[in-house]
Amino acid sequence: MIPEIGHFALILALLVALIQGSFPIIGAARGNAVWMGLARPTARAQFLLIAVAFFCLAYAFATMDYSVTYVASNSNSKLPLQYRIAAVWGGHEGSLLLWAMILSIWTVAVSFFSKHLPDAMRARIIGVMGLISIGFLLFMLTVSNPFERLIPAAMDGRDLNPLLQDPGMVFHPPMLYMGYVGFSVAFAFAIAALLGGELDAAWARWSRPWTTMAWVFLTTGIMAGSNWAYYELGWGGWWFWDAVENASFMPWLVGTALIHSLAVTEKRGSFKAWTVLLAICAFSLSLLGTFLVRSGVLTSVHAFATDPRRGLFILAFLVVVIGGSLVLFAWRAPAIGRGGKFDVVSRESFLLANNVLLAVAAISVLFGTLYPLFLDALGLGKISVGPPYFDTVFAPLMAPALFLMGVGPIARWKQAALPELAKRLRWAFGVSVATAIILPLLLGHWTPMIGLGIFLAFWIFGTSANLVYQRLRGSELPLMTRIMSPSRSWWGMVIAHLGIAVFTLGVTVVKGFESEIAVRMQTGDVAHLAGFDFTFEGVQEIEGPNYSSSRGQIRITKNGVERTVLMPEKRVYTVQNMPMTEAGISPSLIHDLYASLGEPLDGGAWSVRIYHKPMVEWIWVGCLMMAFGGLLALSDRRYRMKNRIKATGSENVAEVSV
Amino acid sequence: MKRIFRLTAVFCFLLAINAWAQEASAGEAQPLQENAVVEAQVQRLSEELRCLVCQNQTLADSHAELAEDLRQEIREMAAKGMSDQAIIDYLVVRYGDFVRYRPPLKPSTLMLWFGPFALLLAGVVGLVVMLRRRANQAADAPLSVDEANKVSELLNKES
Amino acid sequence: MKRFLLPLVIFLTVVGFLAVGLNLDPREVPSPLVGKPAPMFNLPRLDNPEKTISPKDLLGQVWLFNVWASWCGACREEHPILVALSKSGTVPLYGMDYKDTRQDAQQWLEQGGNPYIASAMDTDGRVGIDYGVYGVPETYVIDKAGVIAYKQIGPVTEEVLRDKILPLVKRLQTQ
Repeated sequence: MIPEIGHFALILALLVALIQGSFPIIGAARGNAVWMGLARPTARAQFLLIAVAFFCLAYAFATMDYSVTYVASNSNSKLPLQYRIAAVWGGHEGSLLLWAMILSIWTVAVSFFSKHLPDAMRARIIGVMGLISIGFLLFMLTVSNPFERLIPAAMDGRDLNPLLQDPGMVFHPPMLYMGYVGFSVAFAFAIAALLGGELDAAWARWSRPWTTMAWVFLTTGIMAGSNWAYYELGWGGWWFWDAVENASFMPWLVGTALIHSLAVTEKRGSFKAWTVLLAICAFSLSLLGTFLVRSGVLTSVHAFATDPRRGLFILAFLVVVIGGSLVLFAWRAPAIGRGGKFDVVSRESFLLANNVLLAVAAISVLFGTLYPLFLDALGLGKISVGPPYFDTVFAPLMAPALFLMGVGPIARWKQAALPELAKRLRWAFGVSVATAIILPLLLGHWTPMIGLGIFLAFWIFGTSANLVYQRLRGSELPLMTRIMSPSRSWWGMVIAHLGIAVFTLGVTVVKGFESEIAVRMQTGDVAHLAGFDFTFEGVQEIEGPNYSSSRGQIRITKNGVERTVLMPEKRVYTVQNMPMTEAGISPSLIHDLYASLGEPLDGGAWSVRIYHKPMVEWIWVGCLMMAFGGLLALSDRRYRMKNRIKATGSENVAEVSV
Repeated sequence: MKRIFRLTAVFCFLLAINAWAQEASAGEAQPLQENAVVEAQVQRLSEELRCLVCQNQTLADSHAELAEDLRQEIREMAAKGMSDQAIIDYLVVRYGDFVRYRPPLKPSTLMLWFGPFALLLAGVVGLVVMLRRRANQAADAPLSVDEANKVSELLNKES
Repeated sequence: MKRFLLPLVIFLTVVGFLAVGLNLDPREVPSPLVGKPAPMFNLPRLDNPEKTISPKDLLGQVWLFNVWASWCGACREEHPILVALSKSGTVPLYGMDYKDTRQDAQQWLEQGGNPYIASAMDTDGRVGIDYGVYGVPETYVIDKAGVIAYKQIGPVTEEVLRDKILPLVKRLQTQ
């Protein structure tokens, strides 16, 4: 009964979406206030209906209803409750329902926080989001129904993939989807602007917080995925340039370019056509990612069960949405107009250069991901494009962007002078070059890549420190007051940029200085790595709720003083008979000590891999700093509703911030 | 007296052997593979090769049986002193370019390897051209007297 | 106006490739050995470990080389088709028992029937690697000169047999 209610709710949601996607947009074109007024109620109704469907599916999982095919394929009676709920989005059909639900959450948020927008614009934005929703609901109702019944019902389920039975996995997909899907708001703003023909600084100001929020979620989602891979997959890797990782990274790169571009359009009215194009591309890449994972066109760790019919549907959907928006762009963009003038050397031009670099990086990642497909389609053979390629290509592309991060924030708008910039930056330059030479030598060895990474990280540290110092000095006010004086938007930028420096430092140090050993350990044996002693204390057999595990115990000491005990496991999940490793990790900001059990050998010994990963946690700390910086920028005074109403009542309040 | 002496000697001897035996068994963990240099080469190569069974892991990380077999073959070739390129060629002859995660440089992959940099160059050139053109745009139109008054009014209101 | 069309043009090109890609299998690894001489080996026979079998013995005829194992599930699918093929006498069928034990293999053939004139035992999988085997079952069509003419990845189905393998065999036999 409940699954049927869920199914029916989806059908109703589709009908509502059809209204939401048509009447408001046509109403905006005709100036029909009633039709435009349908936007908000339909958005809210759709949210309620999809939430009902989602709840019904979660209920089916919670009550172990194996008469629903999707539940039978992804759950099991021994699966703990929290994973039964996470299993809702563990497979193809359910993850689509999550997509649709998150889209409806963003839409309903727009319907609540858009009082300051002109009616026509709001109507168009909600209308466009409704059109996207139609696509996903139609997809589910035709070829990917999560509520399909299994008759006769299964006795027990096939269990959730053991890789997904982990707290990180509960968290990562929703965060990621909030990000991906959140770019649909920026997309809708862009389409609304193209349809209405009004594209100005106000449009950029309205669009910016939505875009930043989506970007924050996407940053967090990618970070969660990388961290999960690190502690779950057992070989200490954290990024593999797998097709689906790339599918989430490309929107992030374009999204980053977009938030910078929006800053320029908001403050100076420039780059309008380019900003609109970026907004369309960011969401297009999200949709493309959805296609790549579900169509069977590429192999990936993440690929959902593939079906050419599904692939064809999504491809058609892509052509309609992306093709349609690019046609609209080609038609309307020429009329957009140029915006303010600025010099060859100015903050605008540095930001534009940053955009170009990020766009080239995103295109290169797309190119590398799709290249095997291109060659195969042309009958030119089958190749693989993996981490060696991406590592070689990506780093040189990003290096100039990281360098510019130090220069952009101190350059003046409209007109800046290179000699003056050089003078301000020479201290930071000297410090970063010196550190780049000395630090690796202190840590063990020097290579050009290590030198470059350290230089760029300290360059950003140095220039940021300089920026903050210059901004806060020269006043007799107390320190706290001086810190509160620059806007949150400015502090958000500083912290996010520092996050990138922290990330770069983490990546450089871990890749340059990590070490590992693969040893055979008998109870009582001692292995040595990086000055630590690892004593193997045997393996215990334990039973979990739906798995049996061999848990090893490894005591870490240094100079005889005990530091900690690692407990790596080798599990076998009973239902799917699938082996899984759980690494034993001792994390800290200085380094991670990481051990994973291999295979049992003769004589009660085990093969064990031990890793020393210096500063690896900085990678995720850096990402969190970026996300925090974004949140801080979002909470800036000028986005608060109360202030807006208190002000002169018009939108033309001069900006005091940077 | 002699017998007690002899028994004690045997007893001490046995204790010593026992202690030595314990030391030997609870000792240093031995590396899984004996030759560290060969193993370093095997690891380096395996990290750049694709596992054909799981297809989304490197040969180094995969637990598949074929991966174990291939690693063993690579180990034997490395022990014989074969170079990196020779070992990779051996595998490419049998499995094709698919097995390499670093795509070879061939006519069909020229665009792959040089595309991004060509694109970067095009982007930078396009950027500079566009910036120059913009800087030479007509200067902003001057304000009329009314507009100038309005500007100073607004500015005074702000402060 | 023209440069604003560029994103659309790029997009449609990518879509074209994706559409073609829907019909391709990214997991299939075509063999670079097609058109090259079948790698040499000298393996013990399953039925008589004293005797060996080698491709050299089979020069001058067109033959099928099927890689199988008793632990392989998909092999059960194609086995009846292979048995029927061997009864028809169209083309000689030789097998290679991949990473298997003699006892399990013989038992399996007893249960399902033995379509092979002889089977080679590749216990450690080395010859399999030489042939680029990455999954079981796989089947090779080898011509009179000992050159690999075709490789079937996965089980031999009726369609594959009818549309690809038998026409090729007939053509090679008349050469």
